[in-house]
Amino acid sequence: MGIPLPYYLVLSAVLFVIGVAGVLTRRNAIVVFMCIELMLNSVNLSLVAFAAFHGSITGQAMVFFVMAVAAAEAAIGLGIIIALYRNKQTVNIDEINILKW
Amino acid sequence: MTAEPLIFFFLAAFAITSAVLMVVQRNPVVSAIYLIANFFSLAALYLILRAQLLAVLQIVVYAGAIMVLVVFVIMLLNLGDERSLVERINFRMLIGITVALAFLLEMLYIFLGIGSEGTPPALHPEAADVGTVESMGSALFGQYVFPFEITSLLLLAAIVGAVVLAKRRERKA
Repeated sequence: MGIPLPYYLVLSAVLFVIGVAGVLTRRNAIVVFMCIELMLNSVNLSLVAFAAFHGSITGQAMVFFVMAVAAAEAAIGLGIIIALYRNKQTVNIDEINILKW
Repeated sequence: MTAEPLIFFFLAAFAITSAVLMVVQRNPVVSAIYLIANFFSLAALYLILRAQLLAVLQIVVYAGAIMVLVVFVIMLLNLGDERSLVERINFRMLIGITVALAFLLEMLYIFLGIGSEGTPPALHPEAADVGTVESMGSALFGQYVFPFEITSLLLLAAIVGAVVLAKRRERKA
């Protein structure tokens, strides 16, 4: 017998929560960015698991689009980090508060 | 077939360990390497779930393209030495971990409390035919052709945006 579906969902939840903890605790913008990638990936895992257990293509097509969005997000996010570093000489998100009033 | 649970638990342990190490590492380059290890274990899990194309894409797109971009940015900004960015355990960190754990308990309650009621007990018998390049291709160019074309627009916008953001501003005289 194979692995039941909840095992994959629990693994996905654990990875997602590790990503959440990283976003909430780390102060380095690049590490926060990588934690967001981890969260995207954990959701992809549950989508692939549902697709495999239901024998449907929809979940996998969704993962394909998530990957495309993640690639776009990576380019934009790293561009923003470079622009911020150029202006403020730091990637510490505590010191980047120009949008705070 | 009997080795499948063993492989699953090995990969799951590997994925969780590399994710935790990624979060706790102080050096962002080491974090990036642990994240790549995590992506590889997820790709192997996709193979167990019979999603062949996505497993390859996971390695090519995530471990290949995105992480190369991240490592390049770390190198450009020269962040290997992170002494200027001291992170110590403080009140906010405790709050963050508490919130994350509460979130985990919530999800575990839903996934395990409800149980597998109403969900398929095992992999779909035709799961191996779903993840092939052929079926993915016919789905992307048939049923999902509109989102697929919109994706190209999104990527174009991302390229233009990244160039505009990262371009050095010319000083106005």
